Amino acid sequence: MTTLLTESGPTEVEARTEGDSLWLDVAEAERVTGWELKPEGFCYGPVCIPVPYGREEEFVAPGSVNIAAFWRHMGKPVLHDEASEVWMLGQDAAARSYEMLSLQAPDFALPDLDGNIHQLSDYRGKRVLLVTWASW
Amino acid sequence: MWQRLYNELADEDFVVITVAMDSRGADAAREWIEAAEPTHPSLIDRDHVISELFNMVNVPMAVWIDRDGRIVRPAEYAGTNDAFRGQDRETGAWSDDAFQEMRRARLIYMDAIRDWARNGSASEFAWDDADARAHLRLPSEETAMANAHFRIGQHLRQHGRVEEGDRFLEEAKQLDPDNWNIWRQAWNLEDAPVSTFWERVDALGDQRYSLPIDMPGIA
Repeated sequence: MTTLLTESGPTEVEARTEGDSLWLDVAEAERVTGWELKPEGFCYGPVCIPVPYGREEEFVAPGSVNIAAFWRHMGKPVLHDEASEVWMLGQDAAARSYEMLSLQAPDFALPDLDGNIHQLSDYRGKRVLLVTWASW
Repeated sequence: MWQRLYNELADEDFVVITVAMDSRGADAAREWIEAAEPTHPSLIDRDHVISELFNMVNVPMAVWIDRDGRIVRPAEYAGTNDAFRGQDRETGAWSDDAFQEMRRARLIYMDAIRDWARNGSASEFAWDDADARAHLRLPSEETAMANAHFRIGQHLRQHGRVEEGDRFLEEAKQLDPDNWNIWRQAWNLEDAPVSTFWERVDALGDQRYSLPIDMPGIA
């Protein structure tokens, strides 16, 4: 099994790794990243990124997709450990900036000391002062 | 401090959510949280998710979020400025001037929060969309890449692969030299002495450490 780290946290996936390639079953890739392989390309909602012409073999194979190649093609960070067991599919500055410019506070889910999970959206209807600190 | 403010304003449809950016987890933050006896949500963020989502670069930083989930003040220092640089490097003792300045800035910031908690969008401190956007600090590609390195480094560390994780954390530091969140957390994980922090602060010379808060009376 391979551990895939995305915005929504770590997930275990069945993957085939080879150098900087991370091949996932098409359905698995969609489940983990939300990006779906369609005839028009790699799609997230109404947005589709065409498979680069003449380089199809880098990106798609029967039933599977090289999610790392797509991620890099979109300008998003892709990292993995030495053993290729843990992969990080990060968010790029442009996508993050776009989200921030909406001014809608992104939801998150974090534990308190007792392990109870709180989501920002639980407090909708109140004015929220979100403030960070650290023990260090 | 935040608990007192919350007590005072709890009738105003106002809530404080504090988040400890502590990669060592709940046990690192426990002592402080238990001492504060918070009745507001007091959360732990091992992976610094909040820094990434709101592009925060240090602690303490705050975001003001209105009732409908709209950000009316994007991430900013939560009433702290550079006054702390007047602390003694050995003992941590504050000079009189530095202490007064720290206190003055904090009181102004707390008063602004009170005003917003009571008056909402009518508060002069809550910005409209155009002003809020103008005050957004957007991440650079280097910051995005640093965050990715930080996340995988954390994951590896938390799963017993400390050395390999530390290599990613070091890379994160180099990618984003102005991100005190990453630097200070990494030093904490390395058990670096406090002098490491002061040396880097003092190396700034005349340059600012904190980012200015756009609020009358706080520089």
